[in-house]
Amino acid sequence: MAKKPSRNEETPREETGPSISVRNLRVNYGEREILHSISFEVRAGETLVILGGSGSGKSTLLRALAGLAEPKEGEIWIRGKNFAAMPNSERDVLRKKMGMSFQGGALFGSMTVGENVALPLREHTPLDESTIEIVVRLKLDQVGLSGFEDYMPAQLSGGMKKRAAVARALAMDPEILFFDEPSAGLDPIIAAGIDELILKLKAAYAITMVVVTHEMSSAYLIADRMILIDKGNIIASGTPQEMRESQLPRVRQFLDRVPEPEVTGEIDYLQMLTGENAPGRQ
Amino acid sequence: MPLTEAIGEATINGLAYVGALARITGGAVRAAFSGPPRARTQRWRRAVHQAMSAGVEALPVVSLISFFVGMIVALQGAYQLRKLGAMQLVAAAVALIITRELGPLMTAVMVIGRSGSAFAAEIGTMKVDEELDALETMALEPVPFLVAPKFLAMILMMPCLTTWADFMGVVGGGVFGVAKAGFTWGTYFHATLDALVQRDIITGLIKSLMFGIVITAVGCQEGFSTGLGPEEVGRSTTSAVVKSIFLVIAVDLIFTAIFYFTAPQ
Repeated sequence: MAKKPSRNEETPREETGPSISVRNLRVNYGEREILHSISFEVRAGETLVILGGSGSGKSTLLRALAGLAEPKEGEIWIRGKNFAAMPNSERDVLRKKMGMSFQGGALFGSMTVGENVALPLREHTPLDESTIEIVVRLKLDQVGLSGFEDYMPAQLSGGMKKRAAVARALAMDPEILFFDEPSAGLDPIIAAGIDELILKLKAAYAITMVVVTHEMSSAYLIADRMILIDKGNIIASGTPQEMRESQLPRVRQFLDRVPEPEVTGEIDYLQMLTGENAPGRQ
Repeated sequence: MPLTEAIGEATINGLAYVGALARITGGAVRAAFSGPPRARTQRWRRAVHQAMSAGVEALPVVSLISFFVGMIVALQGAYQLRKLGAMQLVAAAVALIITRELGPLMTAVMVIGRSGSAFAAEIGTMKVDEELDALETMALEPVPFLVAPKFLAMILMMPCLTTWADFMGVVGGGVFGVAKAGFTWGTYFHATLDALVQRDIITGLIKSLMFGIVITAVGCQEGFSTGLGPEEVGRSTTSAVVKSIFLVIAVDLIFTAIFYFTAPQ
């Protein structure tokens, strides 16, 4: 059966404690519970990869961490503060220290790449235009997009859009970066480039990163630690090495890419959806 | 569902919708005049950009439509006035109907088609593409950032466009007046100015301002309530147009009634 995650009951301390600490988190989508009592921690400077299949709840978990999905229950401690219980105005203070790269980039289509990166700086800092211009150039340089300031997002390829989105997420010098499926929809070479970018950022800034992906090769490469989510529960966690050696059947199925047994009847199908006695799960 | 329940539910939904429009309007107005000076400057800059696309670029189509409508009003008016042998009243009829009613209304209909639908499509697409989420993660609220500039642009441009539409409508009527009703351009404009009082123009402009607020609020509200998936953007765009036209006409009726009952005898 699923391995229960260990619960760390220690109160997170400001600055020295874990960067992110999630406790008994439950998130609903309408009436349906997507995440069932999830608990884990991300240490400062660590890269945590959240693995899971489609519909496992991994993206919902990332959205909850970024404050885009409201938890029904549980706590999310970020830099020693309970992010989940904060009013929006206080959340905004923390959000300025967090960056997020979305699956499709989510660049603003009506602004140039440079304006996209400059946006948080213009809205939140007193920096003058010439300084902002320098910062924008620097951030684009870091993601390998020097000279693309004046391009519109629609003129960029998928990989470039993601790089630009990372540059925008980096604009405010965040302490925490969230990545939603950084390599989804990219060819292997471009995807490898994005992995390399993540590694570069990790080496250069010691940013705490949480990456959601289903790409195993990318996960092994960038993760310090990983957690595997299945049907809204953490079923395994550990270093890439520990995950590789895990003998839990559901983990092996995911890592070895074993397909679910074919659903033959209505009852099987319903069981697969609800996760109770699902086929392939022992 | 029993009829009473259905009526009750429809009433509650309707009131909730108007409440949502009021909230979005209040948020936008507050954001336009508050916040850090730099953010405010940014909003005004975006407002100018919006004003260009919602106002200036609408000029050709608004001109043409109101020119035609002015001509139609003159033709329709002439039908009746001819019977009475009062063709000289065509100029007054056109002037009053255009400035009080059709100028603001036709402008609103054009702006709904051009900008109300565009607001819904823009915000809806942003929602589908996670851009609204991206704003939130950057600690930027969507209403001040997206809606406030549109409001500023619309409350600035609607009266301007309407004034221009009024003028073009009068010119349209004038073409008929000069060609068929025995006016010269000089006497036509003179007759127009004689027929109009300040109140006619001002009530028309007040209406246009209200229409601008309704169009922006509905367009943005429909954009924000877009569901998941690209096909939902189409749905919210259609819905923005239909609801805007309905609400603009409802607001028109309310204000026309207010102006009628408060008019000096």
